[in-house]
Amino acid sequence: MSAHNNAARGLLEVDGLSIATRDGDVLVRDVSFRLDAGERLSLIGESGSGKSLTSFALTGLLPEGLHATGSVLLDGVPVIGARERELVALRGRVASTVFQEPMTALDPLMRLGRQVAEPLRRHLGLRGDAVRQAVHDALAEVGLPEPERIAHAYSWEISGGQRQRVAIAAALACRPQLLIADEPTTALDVTVQADVLALLERLVAERGMALLFVSHDLAVVSRMAQRALVLRQGRVVEEGAIDGLLSDPHDPYTAELVRSARELDSALELP
Amino acid sequence: MTPILELRDAGFRYRRAANPALDDVSFTVEPGRSLGLVGESGAGKTTALSLLLGLTTPTSGSVLFDGRPLNPRDRTQLRDFRRSVQPVFQDPYSSLDPRQSVGRIVGEPLASLGLAAGEEARERVAHALHSVALPADAARRYPHEFSGGQRQRIAIARAIVSRPRVLLADEPVSALDVTTRIQIIDLLGELAANEGMTVVMVSHDLSVVAALCAQTVVLRGGRVVEQGATSEVLRTPRDDYTRRLLASVPRLPA
Repeated sequence: MSAHNNAARGLLEVDGLSIATRDGDVLVRDVSFRLDAGERLSLIGESGSGKSLTSFALTGLLPEGLHATGSVLLDGVPVIGARERELVALRGRVASTVFQEPMTALDPLMRLGRQVAEPLRRHLGLRGDAVRQAVHDALAEVGLPEPERIAHAYSWEISGGQRQRVAIAAALACRPQLLIADEPTTALDVTVQADVLALLERLVAERGMALLFVSHDLAVVSRMAQRALVLRQGRVVEEGAIDGLLSDPHDPYTAELVRSARELDSALELP
Repeated sequence: MTPILELRDAGFRYRRAANPALDDVSFTVEPGRSLGLVGESGAGKTTALSLLLGLTTPTSGSVLFDGRPLNPRDRTQLRDFRRSVQPVFQDPYSSLDPRQSVGRIVGEPLASLGLAAGEEARERVAHALHSVALPADAARRYPHEFSGGQRQRIAIARAIVSRPRVLLADEPVSALDVTTRIQIIDLLGELAANEGMTVVMVSHDLSVVAALCAQTVVLRGGRVVEQGATSEVLRTPRDDYTRRLLASVPRLPA
């Protein structure tokens, strides 16, 4: 059963998620939230806030040496404690992640077309010409010129913005219900960032996908999401609608984030 | 007033490169007037900075320091130049030697330029750390004990310890969180105002440049597409590319 025909259940339900190291250092503490189909939510925080670790834990992608407790239900399926085989079935199909640095997310030794093809083969069972056509369509959909050329290229042969587009194409190839975007534009120039944000907005709207957007940048977040959780040192300090957080932050840390963002923003106001 | 630094019709072509990294670029750095070099990857910002730092020699045109062409063979000029023009690098995680104490890192220019030693050097290091709002005991500690923003303060302390006239900063805040970014911009602004330093900053982000620099030079594909007072560039951008850069900066809802 999918989330679409069960209104009582969220697409993603996180309850009491904590993440700790082997030595017992707690990096994320008791995070709970819910994301419904088609909803756009943001995790806001600075370095060390635990926002990226939280997003990794949602699809069982935590690095070695860290482990999660609590409950994460993705389309009703428990993620914490699940076997890798069960997680592979969820990733790409139910939820996909786009990472900050597309250079590390893409394999430099594999042609880009094969990397986009891989989830298509695994989840959709496509073969032969069907795969080639689907890869072409996926690359064209993210606005890459000359999809054939890009499919035959390696990640280091194209620009940073193009790499992020390929990573998005691979993440979305199997039409997941949820896209997790972890600082997807932080490593990009502002003009490229603007293009990639516009692309994500379009794809999320066209497909009615849910979006979990992880970022430290309030200006970007206010464009991409309706609701946000503010994380600091592994804890949620505030949550609510973005408009409310911006106009009336309750937590002192949220207020500090808003003040900094406004100061930078006001530099562009004309005197 | 004579500009402190100037690129005059400067060009630079990397060996075997099809196109020049910089082509016929001219601008001046006036004392007390901080300047932002804006553009995207490949625009030539870092190459321009490298010319201004004297690390690279232009393949055409010239670099002027206090109105005189920079001449690597003129040792007196070079010594004055090294003391007067100091770099701040982009990534505070990789630009600081992890095996050296912060005191040694910050004091390095004093030693290499032969400006101070012993107790005097220690005092100047302490003063520099104070100027960037780091605790005095920071000198005895090591880079890994500090956060990203604090490391960028260490890098700035190192740059100002020789009391230079110009700080050349390559994307000094792009690796930092927004709250830290504002703090470092404010710090650079204070140093410019209180210590009479002129900041030349490279950034791909116009908001960062607007927050700090009176003067803006927009580079694209190795050429200057627009330059002038930052307020004018923001108010009436003449070039399409400048307009696009401006429109791309993510803004908060009004």
